[in-house]
Amino acid sequence: MSSSLSNQQQQNNDQIAVPPTPRDILLDRIFRSLTTSFAWLTLLLIVYIVWEIGGTALPAIKEIGFGFLTGTTWNPNQGEFGILPQIWGTFYSSLLALFLGGFFGVAIAVFLTQDFLPHKIQIVLKSIIELLAAIPSVVYGLWGIFVLIPLIRPVANWLHATLGWVPFFSTSLSGPGMFPAALVLSIMILPTVAAISQDALSAIPSKIKEAAYGMGTTRWEAILKVLLPTASRGIFGGLVLGFGRALGETMALAMLVGNSNQLSLSLFSPADTLAALLALNFPEASEYETQVLMFAAVVLLFITLAVNIVGEIIISYSERSGGKK
Amino acid sequence: MRNTPNFDKSFTEGRALKSIILSTITVSCAILACIPLFSVLFMLIVRGGKRLSFELFYALPPTAFDTGGGFGNAIVGTLFMVGIAALIAVPFGIMAAIYLAEFGENSKLAEIARFCAKTMTGIPSILAGVLAYAAVVMVTGTYSAIAGGIALSILMIPTVMLTAEESIKMVPSIMREAAVGMGCTKTQVMWKVILPVAMPGMITGVMLAIARASGETAPLLFTALFSDYWIFQGGAGDIMEPTASLAVLIYNFSGMPFENQIELAWAASLVLVTMVFIINILSRMLFQKKK
Repeated sequence: MSSSLSNQQQQNNDQIAVPPTPRDILLDRIFRSLTTSFAWLTLLLIVYIVWEIGGTALPAIKEIGFGFLTGTTWNPNQGEFGILPQIWGTFYSSLLALFLGGFFGVAIAVFLTQDFLPHKIQIVLKSIIELLAAIPSVVYGLWGIFVLIPLIRPVANWLHATLGWVPFFSTSLSGPGMFPAALVLSIMILPTVAAISQDALSAIPSKIKEAAYGMGTTRWEAILKVLLPTASRGIFGGLVLGFGRALGETMALAMLVGNSNQLSLSLFSPADTLAALLALNFPEASEYETQVLMFAAVVLLFITLAVNIVGEIIISYSERSGGKK
Repeated sequence: MRNTPNFDKSFTEGRALKSIILSTITVSCAILACIPLFSVLFMLIVRGGKRLSFELFYALPPTAFDTGGGFGNAIVGTLFMVGIAALIAVPFGIMAAIYLAEFGENSKLAEIARFCAKTMTGIPSILAGVLAYAAVVMVTGTYSAIAGGIALSILMIPTVMLTAEESIKMVPSIMREAAVGMGCTKTQVMWKVILPVAMPGMITGVMLAIARASGETAPLLFTALFSDYWIFQGGAGDIMEPTASLAVLIYNFSGMPFENQIELAWAASLVLVTMVFIINILSRMLFQKKK
C-alpha cells in the first residue's frame, strides 16, 4: 500500500499536473460505460436465471399446473409428478436446522462480542467458526454418513423404543433420515447466523451497554434485556438468511436425508428435499422429466429468492436505523 | 447496610446464579460448536491420511473391484473448471464493483445491482447447475467442463463483486482527490491509484470465491458429470466431454459399497479440504497484512 502510494507521488512530482488529452477523455468514457454495462449485466443475470429456468420449465408448468405443488407421488414411468413431500422436507429440515443453528449461532455471537474472552482467544475462536463454513458440504455429507449417523443411531432408536408414541419419534433411525440431515444442516448455517449476529451486536454503541451496567444490571441482565433486543433486527435478518442457506443446501441433504418420497413428522424417518430431488434425478432424467425437474427448480428458486430478499431488506433496514437508536 | 451496595457475588443470590448458569450455557455452546470441525478434521486425517500416497495424484479412479487407484484426473478437472469460472467471474465482478463503488456511487443502478449481487449470494448452488444445464448442456448436447465452469462462475460473481466493492471503498478519498487534482481522468485515477491500493482486498475476495467454488458439488453433478479419464486425453476437443472433479468423486464414491472407493473418498476429502483451507488461510493473512 505504502509503496504504490509513494510511486504515485513521485510520478506526480516529475510531471506537473496536465489536463487530460482527448485520448484520455475518450478512454475514460469507454471504460466508464464498460463498467456501467457490467453493473447492468448483474441485473440482467438474475433476470436471465429466472427466465431461462422458467422458460425451460414452461411446458411442464402448463401441463401439470398447480397440482404439482400438492401432489404426493413422483413416478416418472406413469408420468405422475408432485412435490409436496419435497416441499415439506425442505421446510421441515430447514426449520429444525434453524432452531439448532440459530440458538448456537446467537449464543456464540454473544460469547464472542461481550468480552467473555481475552482478545486473542476470541480471534482464534472466530476463525474456527469461520472455517466451519469453509468445509465443502460434500465433506460434511461424508462425515455424516460415516461418523454422525452411527453415533446418533443408538440414541435415536432408544428414543423411539421408549417414547415411540410421540409423533417426532414414531419411527426408528435405520440409516439416513431427517434428524442427521438437519443436524449437519445446522452446523452449516451456524457460521452465517453467528457472523451476522456478531455484526449486529458489535454495532450497538457502547454507551448503551455502559448505561445498562450503570443501572446496576448483571452482565446477563444487560445482554438479555438491553443488548439482544437492540440487536434483534440484525439477528433476525441473520436467521432469515441462514434459513435461506438451509433451504437451498443440496449435497449434505442428498447424502443424508434418505431421499424417500414421504410426508412424516418423525425426526428419524427418511425424507426428501427439493434440492436433493434435483441432484438425484437430473443426471438420468428423460426430456419430459427434465422439464418437470425445472418446474421444481422454479419452485425452489422462488422460495429461496423470497426468503433471501426478506432477509436482506431486514438487515439493510436495521443497519440504517441502527444509528438512530 | 442499606447504603453500601453489596459487591460480593454470591451463589445464593438469584441474579448472580442466573448469570453464572447462562455463562456456562454459552461457554458450552461455543465448545460444542467447535466439536464438528475438530471431528471432521480428525476423521479426515485418520481415515484420509491412511490412504495418502503419491499414487493418488497421478493414478486414475479404480473400477468396482479394483484395489489401488487415485484421483489425479479429478484434481486436474477441479482446477481446470475453477480456472474457467475465475476467468469469467473475476473480470465481471471487478468491473461491476468499480461501477458500484466509484463511477455509479449512490446511483439507482448501483443500488439495484448491489441488491442483485446480494440476492445472488443466496441462490442455492444447485440452481446454478440447473441454469448451466438449461443454458449450456441442453444447447451443446453434452456434459462438459465448460458447463461446469459456467455454473461455478455464477456462484463466484457475487462474492468477487461485493468484496471488491468493499476494498475499493476502503481507499482513502484523499488519494482520489490528489490524483484528480493532478488532472487525472476518473479512469486514470482508477487504474493508477485506486486499483493498486485496493488490490490486496480484491485478491482476498477472489481467493475466498475460488476456495468456495472448488468445494462445490451440486453445480457440477449434472453439468460436468464425472469421467474416469484425464481431461484432454483425446486432444483439445475434450473440453466438450464430461469432466471429473474432486467434489463429485467424493459424492459418487461415498455411496459405493466398496471399501477401496470409500477410502478414496476420504483421501479425496482430505486433499480437497487441505486445498480449501490453504487458500482460505492465505487470503486471510493477505487481508490482515493490509490492515
